[in-house]
Amino acid sequence: MTGNGKIEKVSIIISKGSLEGVYPGLIMANGARAEGMEANLFFTFFGLDAIHKDRYEHIKVATVGNPGLHLPTWAGAIPGVSAAMTRYMGHKMDRLDIPPIPEFVQMIADTGAGLYACQASVDLFGFGRDDFIGQVKDIITVGEFYDLAAGGQIVFT
Amino acid sequence: MPTVTYAGTQVLVNEEGFFTDPEQWREEMAPEIAREAGIPALTEQHWQVIKHVRHEYELRGTGPTVRALGKTSGVSVKELYELFPKGPAKLAAKTAGIPKPRGCI
Repeated sequence: MTGNGKIEKVSIIISKGSLEGVYPGLIMANGARAEGMEANLFFTFFGLDAIHKDRYEHIKVATVGNPGLHLPTWAGAIPGVSAAMTRYMGHKMDRLDIPPIPEFVQMIADTGAGLYACQASVDLFGFGRDDFIGQVKDIITVGEFYDLAAGGQIVFT
Repeated sequence: MPTVTYAGTQVLVNEEGFFTDPEQWREEMAPEIAREAGIPALTEQHWQVIKHVRHEYELRGTGPTVRALGKTSGVSVKELYELFPKGPAKLAAKTAGIPKPRGCI
């Protein structure tokens, strides 16, 4: 924050790989740029799926262990339920003009926000630079993340 | 409500500097509003966006969001941020004399 009480810079961490785990961070990053703030996105752990070439088109709603869905856990585990719920959410989002994840990630990169992958998670999952979409600026360590985040707010999702 | 003078005419704005009465806006005010928002000079592409935003407002009663602008103004999201680095939807609306668009995307 600066003297005028406005947030000038945010660093948003996306750590989950479910649809409901990825969208909030994307919306916050995009909204920050729309307000003229500097924004960086840091993808860690399963959040890496949101920038993974072969996976970012297939991010699904978690239908098991998600009480917010008001669906019995056994029903959420039936094959196809997660895909159906994801399709349903997709239609609802489309009506509200919320873009699908690949388009949204591309748009956020176009706004000038920085996209970064977490080094420790990349090593853990055995990924390489080529596994990620071209918009990813770099794979960085936690120390480098803090350097990037300096002077701004950090939001963990 | 604060008043400011653009192009020799007094207009009403809100605390954030957005016009409260879009009818008071004239094209010749835009360069001054833009300068205040950190845009030194309006190019042809800026005008393309400003006119589009104005048109959308007249059509729908609200200014477009960045995503909508990218889809309908003929200027890409990337270029929009080059034209209006501190927020294209917000600054184009301000320069075009319309209220700040509300919307999360």
